[in-house]
Amino acid sequence: MASMKMTAAQVARKVIENQPLFILDVRNGDAYEDWKIEGHRFDYLNVPYFHLIDGVEEILHALPTDKDVLVVCAKEGSSQMVAEMISEAGRDVYYLEGGMKSWSSYVEPIKVGNLTGGGELYQFVRFGKGCLSYMVISEGEAAVIDAVRFTDEFINFAKEKNVEIKHVFDTHLHADHISGGRHIAEETGAIYYLPPKDATEVEFEYTPLEDGLSIKIGVSKLEVGALYSPGHTIGSTSFIVDSKYLLTGDILFIDSIGRPDLAGLAEDWVDDLRQTLYIRYRELSEELTVLPAHFMIIDELNEDGTVAKRLGDLLIENHGLNIEDEAEFRRTVTDNLPPQPNAYQQIRQVNMGKVSPNHEEQIEMEIGPNRCAVR
Amino acid sequence: MFIKADVHLDAKGYACPMPIVKTKTAMNDLTDGQILEVQATDKGSIADLKAWAESVGHQYIGTIEDHGVLFHFIRKNGDAEVTEKKFEQTIQNDELLERVSNGGIVLDVREQAEYAFGHIEGAKSIPLGELEERLVELTKDQEIYVICRTGKRSDLAAQKLFEKGFTKVYNVLPGMSSWNGPLEKNI
Repeated sequence: MASMKMTAAQVARKVIENQPLFILDVRNGDAYEDWKIEGHRFDYLNVPYFHLIDGVEEILHALPTDKDVLVVCAKEGSSQMVAEMISEAGRDVYYLEGGMKSWSSYVEPIKVGNLTGGGELYQFVRFGKGCLSYMVISEGEAAVIDAVRFTDEFINFAKEKNVEIKHVFDTHLHADHISGGRHIAEETGAIYYLPPKDATEVEFEYTPLEDGLSIKIGVSKLEVGALYSPGHTIGSTSFIVDSKYLLTGDILFIDSIGRPDLAGLAEDWVDDLRQTLYIRYRELSEELTVLPAHFMIIDELNEDGTVAKRLGDLLIENHGLNIEDEAEFRRTVTDNLPPQPNAYQQIRQVNMGKVSPNHEEQIEMEIGPNRCAVR
Repeated sequence: MFIKADVHLDAKGYACPMPIVKTKTAMNDLTDGQILEVQATDKGSIADLKAWAESVGHQYIGTIEDHGVLFHFIRKNGDAEVTEKKFEQTIQNDELLERVSNGGIVLDVREQAEYAFGHIEGAKSIPLGELEERLVELTKDQEIYVICRTGKRSDLAAQKLFEKGFTKVYNVLPGMSSWNGPLEKNI
């Protein structure tokens, strides 16, 4: 029987299409508990590879024969070894090409909807890390919002769509992943915007992203408007695209809200967060579709793989938008917070331009889930 | 500082899973209680070696990094079943510092590598295997509080010392595995 490679793109299809998959994760228990491949219909078995060096007989009975079995490890080597042993024992099996490292890097552009004058809005879903980036396209021009560090994904996509990237935005100074925004702007000659209140320590040139700033994209003047919405960081800014979509950054997610502590100022920013969620956002049209910069759990994905929901629905369903008592709200977002994202302080330094880690170091920093939210 | 090991394994340049596969094979050539040094460059080997060692009963002592090379230290079957302790003069971990402040010494009979990765400040290091030939370094009129990781080696050391005429000898229990006081390191 054969042992075959499965790519991160193929795994992503299985997530989006709700297909079943059995994952034999051979990383050590701590790594598995911390972070794994999530799918609606995925089943799991975690047995570290170092318990399988002498043979796989003991786990064969636990591997199903009615669905694909995928062996996963950190980088590929161990999963390949285990997959070969399973195939020698007479079973068909896949191993994940490039391991979790590759899963963490994989990004899939999915169309969210059409915009006025033939424009389009795409969401770039980074399944492994839960990051969401956006590209607004209109008549030969494009704007990119909250780009992850894989700049080629955006630049090549723009080429395919025959559009020129003119504007690049970060809704805030990210702490959970390395931004690709500045580098995309450098490569394409686009303008790079960052909220000045988040940028007091940055060591590069940028254009201030101020409340009320309005950018027109393409001939049809598709509007991308900035709305100051602090709370996750003091500079956090949302965007309203074409009066239809509300890009919330790390302030409001589908099933959770932003955490105010990643820059070390939770107590100071709680009131800003409350103002944004309970006053500013409530003044907006409930018909806007909320598009956040992250998802935390697989249940936040829609059937087409996108992460998007009507603001009016979130105002009813999202627990973080329904805490009437201010003191309770304060406790929710400052006490018992989930662990902070891996290397978040280093990542902030990178996004401020203070340090320039190499490729391997960047991968290392971004290992693990994003943890930007409070449920 | 130089850390002693009985067997050395070079797994530099190998990616996962090879450092663990090689370590597992190398372990077969050690006897219980001996120390293996594994040199590796794969960063993932730190978490994996520790998890593997603990799951199969070897004692993961620690890892140091020098110029991009990781030096892992593992003691074979460090968790082997604890036999009945025979030496009758014992004290508990939490009595130790007070007893020593009134005189006497702490004698740490673990391997030098274990000592290097964390020991009680001021403790004297003589690994169990070297005790017999280094008795001259100890004096009989002083209290000697013998400690190891789990009380097993210190039990043997205390018996040995008593046979040789050191009467003010005490085995410290449960030992360094449960020590929550301050530690000094030599790495």
